[in-house]
Amino acid sequence: MAEKRLRILVAKPGLDGHDRGAKIIARALRDGGFEVIYTGLHQTPEMIAEAAVQEDVDAVGLSILSGAHMTLFPEVIRLLKEKGADDVTIFGGGIIPDPDARKLAEMGVKAIFTPGASTEDIVKWVGENVHPRE
Amino acid sequence: MTTKREWLEQTYKDAKERPVRFTTLSDLAIEPLYTPEDLKSGYETALGYPGVYPYTRGVYESMYRGRLWTMRQFAGYGLAEDTNQRFHFLLSQGQGGLSTAFDMPTLMGYDADSERAIGEVGREGVSVSSIHDMATLFDRIPIERVSTSMTVNCSASVLLAAYLVIAERQGVAWEQVSGTIQNDMLKEYIAQKEWICPPAPALRIVTDMVEFCASKAPRFHPVSISGYHIREAGSTAVQELAFTIADGLCYVEDGIKRGLDVDDFAPRLSFFWDIHVDFLEEIAKLRAARRMWARLMKERFGARNPRSMMLRTHAQTAGVSLTAQQPINNVVRVALQAMAGVLGGVQSMHTNSMDETLALPTERAVMVALRTQQIIAEETGVTNTIDPLGGSYALEALTDKIEAEAMDYVRKIDEMGGMLKAIELGYPQREIAEAAFTYQRQLEQGIKTVVGVNKFSVPEEISIEVLKIDPALEERQIQRVRKMKRERNSIAVKDALKRVAEACRSGENLMEPICDAVRRETTVGEISDVFRTEFGVYRDPGWI
Repeated sequence: MAEKRLRILVAKPGLDGHDRGAKIIARALRDGGFEVIYTGLHQTPEMIAEAAVQEDVDAVGLSILSGAHMTLFPEVIRLLKEKGADDVTIFGGGIIPDPDARKLAEMGVKAIFTPGASTEDIVKWVGENVHPRE
Repeated sequence: MTTKREWLEQTYKDAKERPVRFTTLSDLAIEPLYTPEDLKSGYETALGYPGVYPYTRGVYESMYRGRLWTMRQFAGYGLAEDTNQRFHFLLSQGQGGLSTAFDMPTLMGYDADSERAIGEVGREGVSVSSIHDMATLFDRIPIERVSTSMTVNCSASVLLAAYLVIAERQGVAWEQVSGTIQNDMLKEYIAQKEWICPPAPALRIVTDMVEFCASKAPRFHPVSISGYHIREAGSTAVQELAFTIADGLCYVEDGIKRGLDVDDFAPRLSFFWDIHVDFLEEIAKLRAARRMWARLMKERFGARNPRSMMLRTHAQTAGVSLTAQQPINNVVRVALQAMAGVLGGVQSMHTNSMDETLALPTERAVMVALRTQQIIAEETGVTNTIDPLGGSYALEALTDKIEAEAMDYVRKIDEMGGMLKAIELGYPQREIAEAAFTYQRQLEQGIKTVVGVNKFSVPEEISIEVLKIDPALEERQIQRVRKMKRERNSIAVKDALKRVAEACRSGENLMEPICDAVRRETTVGEISDVFRTEFGVYRDPGWI
């Protein structure tokens, strides 16, 4: 039986318009064999959580370069839980200082990819750490 | 006399080359050597003299011998009083003019108390929701002596109005106000991605501001046609040049369609380039840009005023070239880039701070960035003569090549029907995404090198001190905005907004109604909401 491909939502929450990285990662993940849905810019946490549920994704990657990550990550996590989707793997990247990344890890964010991370590493990480939801 | 070809075939052929690709950052092939044979056209046509068409060697006859470029550090964070303090600090350290960074809510047309602003107030720049914030921002800054640049686009009309109203309050006539507002909406859809309504009405607002400034604030630059963001989004140098020039052509066409004479508004169109890390490519790009714009303005639009043909520009060293790893290396990168900007003949420059991959700059870091420009100006001697690298065989060959390749793109966009059409088709957006992806691949394959990242890296804890934005200030600003909304004359506001809406519909120039609304304490978000209602909301097509 063919294994179902993992579905990944790559999302840009908040007002941040820097999408260079998110688009590269979305494409690299797609080339890496995953089903990728890219939300586009200016998504509210509600829109992201709703998309994650509608698209039945296994993981959500948030890209935030605006400094608003300590508001947006927790809100997405909270809404996913509210919608009964708290087994979705959350990861992300952008401009996130190490102390904040550690706090996010405590909240359940499974990985934060900082400047200089390679798409190869990210694709590998997703393959090894994201599992299909039941 | 030996020809270059003979030298290549007889002498160079036995030379062993290092196993790297000899291309520019943008993948333009670079030859081992350039000679007089590579100078294609004559001095008069291709280069000319500074201050004379086609301005390749410089827009002004005296350039830095007459006046140095303006050192204009981009600044803004927190609340208006925080940024006002940073403004005063920078001016006291020898900065020549101000450059304002606004926060994301302000830039996207939301007030600090909007639901969309949560977590974002004061983070990427200063929060300005109303005339009160603007007054605080420019407290004790004499507008008739200090020129200010404001980096804002879809809500630019409101911020320009606010600046002019503050000038008014200081007793400064609008004819005396000098400065720049970025207001380059075309590149937003292409690269920076700050928008409210779709491209066509956004262009209308830009032209309203161009028309308004041409008669009411003739010393003010109503648009800063920008390549910076296009480059930062991942384009090559050629694409940066081509798409920016194509944007400029669109603005000129729209001004003419509005009924303006090209020479009435073109002199105040300004530009804004990136200065990336490939030294020769960037200098060549800056010179090619001047020559291209001069030729196009003359040949395509019949401009007669030399000032319509002079490409005057601000420049910023490339943010995207900085590394989080070994951040002190960034001081070196910025110095080299700033030198390229000076050798490329810019009129105004911002140098990045070493810590900007991590956060907004600390005072200490921005001082080093400012000193970098001052050291170039005062110690290196490159400002003693105009266009010192002019005539370099390599530089002129590269200038010619970049111009030719950029013109290919401009013609392609012409064939699509112009930049507005090209944007609707997603053409520049997709070119940029492709170039960005290609570069990332090259980095990961080691074809391109970034020192400290994919070569000469060390295991490190990033321990440089960075600027932190106090999260409490968001609530403070929310309360201020709410208080102002409670205490102002709400009937006056309602009338003002109604008038803005009517102007949206009738096609009347929006600036007077917006100035009036701003005087009555109408906010950035409220006026932007009128645009949303009247013109619609643009959604990101999300092309990967």
